[in-house]
Amino acid sequence: MTFHVLDHIMVPEHRIMTEEEIGTLLSTYHLSLDQLPKIFHDDPAVKTVKAKPGNVIGIIRSSQTAGRAESFRLVVKRPKK
Amino acid sequence: MPSPKRIGKIEFGLLSPKEIRKMSVRKIIWADTYDEDGYPYPQGLMDLNLGVIDPGLRCKTCDQKASDCPGHFGHIELAKPVIHVGYTRLIRKLLRATCRACGRLLLEAVEIERVIGTEEEATGDILKEKDIKKERLCPHCGEQQLKINFEKPTTFSEMWTEDGKKMEHKLTPADIRARLEKIPDDDLKLLGINPEVARPEWTILTVLPVPPVTMRPSIILENGQRSEDDLTHKLVDIIRINQRFKENQDAGAPHLIIEDLWELLQYHVTTYLDNEVAGCPPARHRSGRPLKTLSQRLKGKDGRFRGSLSGKRVNFSARTVISPDPNIGVTEVGVPLAVAREMTVPVRVTPFNLAEVKEYALNGPVRPTTTSPCGANYVIRPDNRRIRLSDQNLQATVDLVEPGWTVERQLRNGDIVLFNRQPSLHRMSIMAHRIRVMDGKTFRLNPAVCPPYNADFDGDEMNLHVPQTEEARAEAQILLSVQENILSPRFGGPIIGGIHDHVSGIFLLTHETHWFRKEMVLYLLMHHPMENLPEPGKVEDGVPYWSNKQIFSCILPTELNMVFRASSCESCDTCKKELCERDAYVKIFDGHLVAGTIDKKAIGAFDGQILHRVIRQYGMRRAADFIDDMTRLAIRSIMLDGFSFGIDDEDLPRTEQGQIRDVLETAASDVERRIKIFQDGQLEPMPGRTLDETLEMQIMQVLGKARDRTGEIAGRHLGLENSAVVMAVSGARGSMLNLTQMAGCIGQQSVRGERIIRGYDDRTLPHFRKGDRGSAAHGFIQNSYKSGLSPTEFFFHAIGGREGLVDTAVRTSQSGYLQRRMINALQDLKVAYDGTVRTTGGRIIQFRYGEDGTDPSKSSFGSPVDVKGIIESEIKEEV
Repeated sequence: MTFHVLDHIMVPEHRIMTEEEIGTLLSTYHLSLDQLPKIFHDDPAVKTVKAKPGNVIGIIRSSQTAGRAESFRLVVKRPKK
Repeated sequence: MPSPKRIGKIEFGLLSPKEIRKMSVRKIIWADTYDEDGYPYPQGLMDLNLGVIDPGLRCKTCDQKASDCPGHFGHIELAKPVIHVGYTRLIRKLLRATCRACGRLLLEAVEIERVIGTEEEATGDILKEKDIKKERLCPHCGEQQLKINFEKPTTFSEMWTEDGKKMEHKLTPADIRARLEKIPDDDLKLLGINPEVARPEWTILTVLPVPPVTMRPSIILENGQRSEDDLTHKLVDIIRINQRFKENQDAGAPHLIIEDLWELLQYHVTTYLDNEVAGCPPARHRSGRPLKTLSQRLKGKDGRFRGSLSGKRVNFSARTVISPDPNIGVTEVGVPLAVAREMTVPVRVTPFNLAEVKEYALNGPVRPTTTSPCGANYVIRPDNRRIRLSDQNLQATVDLVEPGWTVERQLRNGDIVLFNRQPSLHRMSIMAHRIRVMDGKTFRLNPAVCPPYNADFDGDEMNLHVPQTEEARAEAQILLSVQENILSPRFGGPIIGGIHDHVSGIFLLTHETHWFRKEMVLYLLMHHPMENLPEPGKVEDGVPYWSNKQIFSCILPTELNMVFRASSCESCDTCKKELCERDAYVKIFDGHLVAGTIDKKAIGAFDGQILHRVIRQYGMRRAADFIDDMTRLAIRSIMLDGFSFGIDDEDLPRTEQGQIRDVLETAASDVERRIKIFQDGQLEPMPGRTLDETLEMQIMQVLGKARDRTGEIAGRHLGLENSAVVMAVSGARGSMLNLTQMAGCIGQQSVRGERIIRGYDDRTLPHFRKGDRGSAAHGFIQNSYKSGLSPTEFFFHAIGGREGLVDTAVRTSQSGYLQRRMINALQDLKVAYDGTVRTTGGRIIQFRYGEDGTDPSKSSFGSPVDVKGIIESEIKEEV
């Protein structure tokens, strides 16, 4: 049996954003790519969705205050110490 | 102002001797400072090339006056190199990591790769001292390495064994320097050193920079004597020894003498840099005081960083003791006349206020009483010259005042000031108040604003700052004023509200129903601005009466509708609502208190429901007025009967005392019985517990229940005529547990949640038998605070009390540091106009502030909309 972190209730939904989605995201928030929050490439959830450095991950969490909160993170390579 | 620049990079390195000589404007060779005429010696420590501190002289380097010359560095050529104490660790590492003969790293390429990684995949690590094995052969030249011994503060020596004998050879700074020079640049990079800015031999000083006189000015004492700065003293020592060293060296003195002098020079340079080095006696002043040398100037609380750069002192501030005044508003602060006289607000003179401003100036600096109009202390001419007003120059100066001048007017009623109490842990620690000039010597504040400041009146002092510009005043009024801060951003509820006596008073007024005659009603409401009394609730024998609930309703806004349960509510299974025998069901209909008691839940700081609703429905200003009305009404109602508590309020009749004794005796024998079962081996352990733990838990449970039973017995006797009960029930102060401990039984004392076990062998105190597991032997206190503790009980009580004290001390320091770190990490984040939380670099922290974009201080206990409140006030019924 294989275990998928994404199936766990404490792990929010992760998905890879398309180029087009990234474009709208960056323009709505007037951002450059490196101003996005980061996530390491070896994060278990990132590995599960098979995202590579440079991809943007969309995360949908349940929020105590808002009910549903969306966040976006840029996948980066984990630096060596 | 110059435009801000982006910092490209910051480089950390060592000062090379070349650089030191380059930045030096003068070689210093004489240890003397000033000659008999008080003129600096050329090439002395106070040389005029190093900058000037005496007014009238000009700097020989930049030709500027004392006030403009920033000072310039000089240098001392040391006779022999000495070690810089700050780098001894680095020197040790380098000596141990490199070959004593060829200076290369004592590692082969493969070994280096293991730590550093290959060129493509660097681990980011640098070589550590530990990566090199001791006393091996150099892989490059084959030289046998020796053990390097380091002795604090600055002694290095080589150790080896020869024919079974231990040999030691001291390394002079010159030897060390020679070795460090041999280390190739490429090897340094592997050790984490950039050789372009920090060659390791620069850690051994051959030339010493002399700081400009401007950073070590001499002061002239009252008797005209000059007193030199500590740094100058130390530099004098260095130059003297250096001079003597040179002379001895030139004269070809014996090796021993040279070595002694070298060590002495090393000592002086060491203490000049850092006078608190381990293993080195601090250099002292003639008086015996340790000198404050370079590193002491930077380090610590009063050092350059924490004391001078992060910490600032300001003008236009006052500090004094605070005391309460329930008769002033929460937005006000009472300021002593002496403070109001001294502190000023600048008023720019225009054609429109000329007459008014001249009036201030004409009143002069004296101000006899609190009611007299405010005067002025200074006038400022258009060329920024200040003229102090005094009786002599008053009329003449005032006649000169015209548009373009500024008059520094004294404080007067209604001026806005910032009021602060340390520690400033949250934004409500600084709030803007309006001034009320008063007699006395203390700041006065309404006790209702104590919670945000966390102030009490046991000797607390507070600070007051007077904003000096129109912008500052506007900001203070709009953002910092008390009424804007009633809602705490911590939980979205009121943080300002009734405390202690306000809660007790309003409870005594509104509990149950009683009736007041007109005089009393008018007395209670005398400070409340209202035009008409409501219709009397009843008329008896032609005399009109008003109920207590009517009186409270007078201060409520007229359209207020709400239902909630008071603090005294016991959450019964079925609520009897209006018929509640504790009068805990509060119902307000169209601004009339229909039923229920007003207490902490209604008007208290932190959870005042009425307060909260008033803010939501009518805004901050109305809420501030409500707090003022409420506190005044509460103080007057508590004064109707008076409110006090004494030792005989804890008296219990014999029957109750007997019952308490019975309960405690039963509990004690129950404990004995359980111990017996345990000793007989009959005890069934609870799941997951040992037998011992099971017994302990059972005993704790039995004794805990017994304590509560005594509380119930005492509580049966003590009713609402008892002040402590009133305070506990209304939520003003204390709890029924406190009362239980005073009248009934103090109960089990514990350390870390367990009965007291520690002490002597198998017993807590010599008063008990070894192995006694009974209740008394392990810290159960049968007595009450009233009946008094037995000696053993008293000791156990002290043990339990000590744990509480230690916990608070540890918690405050730990949480304080945690908060400091959080603030430092978060201080520059801000909510951008698009609702995102960003750093100064525009990097996103949150895509929406708090995920829902709600300002907690504008929220209703965290939620953006108070649905329940809105529905309640519309349908006027409980939801």
